[in-house]
Amino acid sequence: MATKKLTGAQAVLEACIAEGAETIFGYPGGAIMPIYDALYDYNDKLKHILVRHEQGGIHAGQGYARTSGKAGVVFATSGPGATNLVTGLADAMIDSTPLVCITGQVFAHLLGTDAFQETDIINITMPVTKWNYQVTDATEIPGILAKAFYLARSGRPGPVLIDITKNAQIQSFDYEGYTPCNHIRSYRPKPVIRKNFIDEAVALINNAKKPLVIFGQGVILGKAEKEFKKFIEKSGMPAAWTILGLSALATDHPQNVGMLGMHGNYGPNVLTNECDVLIAVGMRFDDRVTGRLDKYAKQAKVIHLDIDPSEIDKNVKAHVGVWGDCKETLPLLTLGIQEKDRSEWLKVFADYTQQEYDQCIKEEIYPSTDEMTMGEVIRIVNETTSGNAVVVTDVGQHQMVACRYAKFNETRSNVTSGGLGTMGFALPAAIGAKFGALDRTVIAVIGDGGIQMTIQELGTIMQTGVDVKIMILNNQFLGMVRQWQQLFNDKRYSFVDIQSPDYVMVAKAYGIEGSKVEHRKDLETAIQTMLAHKGSYLLEVMVGKENNVFPMVPQGCSVSEIRLK
Amino acid sequence: METNTEKQEYTITVYTENQVGLLNRIAIIFSRRKINIGSLNTSPSEIDGIHRFTIVVMESRDVVTKIVRQIEKQVEVLKAYFNTNDEIVWQELALYKVLSEEITEKVKVERLLREYGARAVAIRKDFIVFETTGHREETNKLMKALEPYGLVEFVRSARVAIIKESSGFHEKLKDFEKKQPSEEVIENEYLGKREAVFTM
Repeated sequence: MATKKLTGAQAVLEACIAEGAETIFGYPGGAIMPIYDALYDYNDKLKHILVRHEQGGIHAGQGYARTSGKAGVVFATSGPGATNLVTGLADAMIDSTPLVCITGQVFAHLLGTDAFQETDIINITMPVTKWNYQVTDATEIPGILAKAFYLARSGRPGPVLIDITKNAQIQSFDYEGYTPCNHIRSYRPKPVIRKNFIDEAVALINNAKKPLVIFGQGVILGKAEKEFKKFIEKSGMPAAWTILGLSALATDHPQNVGMLGMHGNYGPNVLTNECDVLIAVGMRFDDRVTGRLDKYAKQAKVIHLDIDPSEIDKNVKAHVGVWGDCKETLPLLTLGIQEKDRSEWLKVFADYTQQEYDQCIKEEIYPSTDEMTMGEVIRIVNETTSGNAVVVTDVGQHQMVACRYAKFNETRSNVTSGGLGTMGFALPAAIGAKFGALDRTVIAVIGDGGIQMTIQELGTIMQTGVDVKIMILNNQFLGMVRQWQQLFNDKRYSFVDIQSPDYVMVAKAYGIEGSKVEHRKDLETAIQTMLAHKGSYLLEVMVGKENNVFPMVPQGCSVSEIRLK
Repeated sequence: METNTEKQEYTITVYTENQVGLLNRIAIIFSRRKINIGSLNTSPSEIDGIHRFTIVVMESRDVVTKIVRQIEKQVEVLKAYFNTNDEIVWQELALYKVLSEEITEKVKVERLLREYGARAVAIRKDFIVFETTGHREETNKLMKALEPYGLVEFVRSARVAIIKESSGFHEKLKDFEKKQPSEEVIENEYLGKREAVFTM
């Protein structure tokens, strides 16, 4: 085999090309300079997006991974560059987002000497990475990067961090080409599917009178949306989603009964405690979904499908734990289950939906007050986009409202920080989401708190010209915390009163068009203008200051104790 | 029958690749749950390139099951087992440093050492180092017994344990090297026993 001389830095970029990672989000610095120097010659093969902060870079990588289904690639330098990745790594870890992060590191001979911009990023990131590794010799690079991409994407995906010392980036070595990795002897990406568990699950479903399917991001990560749809359609089961499962099943699917959890829909929460068989698909029973665990679905037989065996029995004991990739396990279940008419059971959900609509939803999306509500903004977005946009949300009240009311026709359309709840996620994630799905409209819905955490990424939008619609729902409060302070702390509004700059002026300073809406009569036109605008656009909507998100399962309560007001 | 929430001693055996930093990855799984590791031993196993960890914790079966699954999930971990004390044969090694003059002058000490099956591993003019192996209580007893006779220093190793039912790791490793999904995941032992184990 012909070999050629490459530097470690070039080998890193060759690996990115071989893995199809054409877009890289990053920020240069001293210890990663050799890679950036090499990048100078790879401009025609790789697109590097210069962000304004490494946290922005990694969130953009996450957004990219979510919409594209590929691993996001992020470059950062040593020391502060690397530590700025930590929040994004933690976010990607808990939300199972495939990422390959490359950090520069000081020369190997300086390791442990407190050298300039040296930080022990391997140990710092150990709890928030699926795998990490420090490279000190260039010859390791092709093999280690192959392993990194394989680990990030396979099994239950997650973030991988590779720390490369500067000497290894500079070092020349005999490059023998790139071989993708598909096996690591100590790593089990998927457990073997056991027929007895499939049979037991099928029997439970076939005997069920009131089965409820709850699904999470596993369906999307497993690229099993079609398999999932067939599964629920064959036996007519109602299906409810977690915030990360959202968009795996079209909003208007007749068996889509809505959102689970703290601010989820009335029916799926109450009926979780009435169903006889609960079928959990690719979800991990987060406490925001289950509420009080000892009062969660105690009456039900639980079937849990997950690719990660450590999730089975972690929070909720499964009667049948169906290990495996749901892309493979769902068709096996579909094969065995009987076709059934469950319209009566679905009618129970419809009744709850009606109650929720009358007492809660109607006022939120068609408010009778002068103040605008977040719900009506999302309703108008739905009407304007017909549910075809990618909606990226930040964290807080607007996130709950957007997830509750946004309409989705296709999968990979909802990008949000679920498990970690990272404020400041949406703006950079939306940039990445757009690069991951260039043909789609990307709308970032952000609160007035979250936008101020990563507002510097407007600079990235300015420089790249990426088309992201930014919608700030401004209630002049850190609304979710304010809501809790109102409900549980006697309205003692402690440090939730946050001031905002003039966002339209800020956007203009970055060369981004924008406008602000303060009255309902202007809202629809403003949203249409934003969506019709060529290029990025910032729309600030002033919404009611003290609106609350309902329904709500108060912390420490059972899902059946969900409050409508 | 033991309940799954009652704390008792568990010995966790982990087979891993020989990789820098893996000890930390495993330790984090305990420390993030604020679980104290009672004893930890790591050394090369009988198979080239494969390390064996022996970790002792005082925990409930419920918690240990979850921990072991989290350990097994680590990329460089091949397999993790957990066992109660009656499922293993285990030993700890202890060293005792005693002043020579005490030993030579007092016959009682010599008898004591013989009684506990201690061996002298170093004999010097000023001190003698004895060694015993056994369970914690046994090595403790000798320590207590020696205290009145000028026990200068005492040290004990971590527990090492052999699983009675185990047939070693050689055959398993061959499975791991095959490019197929593995059968090697912990059995769902709580199947159908939900009410008994579900507490929070």
